[in-house]
Amino acid sequence: MNKRAMWAIIRKDLKVVLQSKAVLIPLIMVPLILLVILPGVGGLLLANADADSQIITEFRSETGAFFDNLPDSLNQKLEQYDNEVQRITYVMFNMFFPALYLLLPVMAANVIAADSFAGEKERKTLEALLYAPTTDRELYLAKIIGPWVAGIAIGWLGYLAFVLVLTATTLSFMGNIFIVDVTWLLLILWVVPAAAGLGLGAMVLVSSRVSTFQEAYQLGGMVVLPIILLLFGQLGGVVYFSPMVVLIVGAVLWVLTLGLIGYGAGNFKRGELIARL
Amino acid sequence: MASHAIHIEGVTRRFGDTLAVDDLSLSVDVGEVFGFLGHNGAGKTTTVRLLNGVLAADSGQLHVLGLDPQTQGPQLRARTGVLTETPSLDERLTAIDNLTIYADLYGVAVQQVKQRVSTMLETFGLSERAQEKVGGYSKGMKQRLALARSFLHQPDVIFLDEPTSGLDPVAAQEVHEMIRHVSQDEGRTVFLCTHNLVEAQRLCHRVAVMEQGHLVAMGTPKELTHEVGTAVTYRLEVAQEQQAAALAVISRMPVLQDVEAGDEALTFASSERDSVPDLLNQLIAAGIRVYALTPQATSLEDIYLALHAREVNKGKVLGGVR
Ligand SMILES: Nc1ncnc2c1ncn2[C@@H]1O[C@H](COP(=O)(O)OP(=O)(O)OP(=O)(O)O)[C@@H](O)[C@H]1O
Ligand SMILES: [Mg+2]
Repeated sequence: MNKRAMWAIIRKDLKVVLQSKAVLIPLIMVPLILLVILPGVGGLLLANADADSQIITEFRSETGAFFDNLPDSLNQKLEQYDNEVQRITYVMFNMFFPALYLLLPVMAANVIAADSFAGEKERKTLEALLYAPTTDRELYLAKIIGPWVAGIAIGWLGYLAFVLVLTATTLSFMGNIFIVDVTWLLLILWVVPAAAGLGLGAMVLVSSRVSTFQEAYQLGGMVVLPIILLLFGQLGGVVYFSPMVVLIVGAVLWVLTLGLIGYGAGNFKRGELIARL
Repeated sequence: MASHAIHIEGVTRRFGDTLAVDDLSLSVDVGEVFGFLGHNGAGKTTTVRLLNGVLAADSGQLHVLGLDPQTQGPQLRARTGVLTETPSLDERLTAIDNLTIYADLYGVAVQQVKQRVSTMLETFGLSERAQEKVGGYSKGMKQRLALARSFLHQPDVIFLDEPTSGLDPVAAQEVHEMIRHVSQDEGRTVFLCTHNLVEAQRLCHRVAVMEQGHLVAMGTPKELTHEVGTAVTYRLEVAQEQQAAALAVISRMPVLQDVEAGDEALTFASSERDSVPDLLNQLIAAGIRVYALTPQATSLEDIYLALHAREVNKGKVLGGVR
């Protein structure tokens, strides 16, 4: 393995990505809205809500069926709390948020890969790279490592921000940091890398068929769909992220990811890439 | 085989129905500047890609520096430098970044990278704007930076795909000097794709002429002159008021062809050497004062056009640029 050459390619791709507004804006806005503003506002509202207030009572009665049918494992967790606001807070951020959160690594890796695969084609910088003294495999690995690692890092940083924001807004009335547990740990270490890989793998596939960053970006967004379905599944109370569910979701994502990345590797051949330039 | 820098035997490559390279055979010596001439679509770029293992041949044998581009691509590419048709630079990065990344890619010794990059920038006149993003460069500056990149790792064989396109005459001249320098003083081999015939004639030890994927002629510019056997063009200067009289003398000699009267001189072509003293005698006899009668060197352009005409006549080529 020509590590120095690979590192040069990774550095180049990330440096170039950092210059693109079309990439940076979603990379900043999505986590900001999803993991800072949304939980921040939600946390503040809940912190100031009175458990006996009309809003809470109404909310509770309207979502009655939903709350009555929570999975046992979740109900056990809720026993530690003694008022409705705490329970609603817990359910909100442990049941609805994980799937929403998973959008972040998918999206981040996806949009970065759009720039370094399709964008590179569009900018016509691929040709010189193909003449470099690397094997096809080294070149492919170098091209996927950047977006993958960046997607994971952004996912982790996003989680950190999420924890800080929620701690700041809810610790006073929750009494504990309720979004750091085994489930979240599994999510972070097992599912986030797979999710970033899925966003990347889908983009590798899309990029070989389109010629501009914009096209790739739009088509690539379609991989976010299954994640949204997952989210809807939860909203309907179908899926709760218990450790077991997290392991299974992660495994499914890994299978998809490795399939896509492997397929991409098989198609990443100099001769074909240059003929399609 | 290793004695040749480049050795190609019977190489063919198609794209669908297009024969991009058709049964091509040629060898290039170490240290030679080899001109690869041809119209648009002749197969020049495809050949460069084949020689660097970036594209696979359908059939035939290729060796560059004794290495097989298909099976030993990475080793080979570490020793070749390529100026691609489009500069292929990262326009969002500075010139320094562009070169530094490629120094790493090509394995320039770590402690030499900085020095080498700044030397190349200096050589190609880009030092002052080295910290600027390449997107703001003029076309010529981009071309110079791409050239700097292809020379960066001091490759043994340098492929230049139309190196002076987009350059002003002064910059083009500098590139020519550079090519001469790396070939003569450093013994590197240069494979120069061009349709600039003046450039090829000035720089190349030998040239190959391609037409639609196949080789139509190869040799030194001089050898090609003989092969084509084109007439030599002469330039005749006489007193202005005697031009008409001179023209009358010339037109009485059927061996003299393509007669043209310019403002300062008459030109004509002849394929028979003896016609020159004959003409001179007749001019003097007619009382015409001859100031000069000079043969014009046959240019590669004449050869090229003659070869092209010959191919068209053979019916191999549709004629003109596709
Ligand atoms: N990737 C490709 N797909 C299909 N056809 C191709 C491809 N690459 C080259 N060709 C065809 O092969 C022929 C040779 O092309 P090539 O680019 O080698 O010519 P060239 O001599 O470099 O021309 P130019 O002077 O215009 O650069 C052309 O007819 C071209 O259309
Ligand atoms: Mg070309």
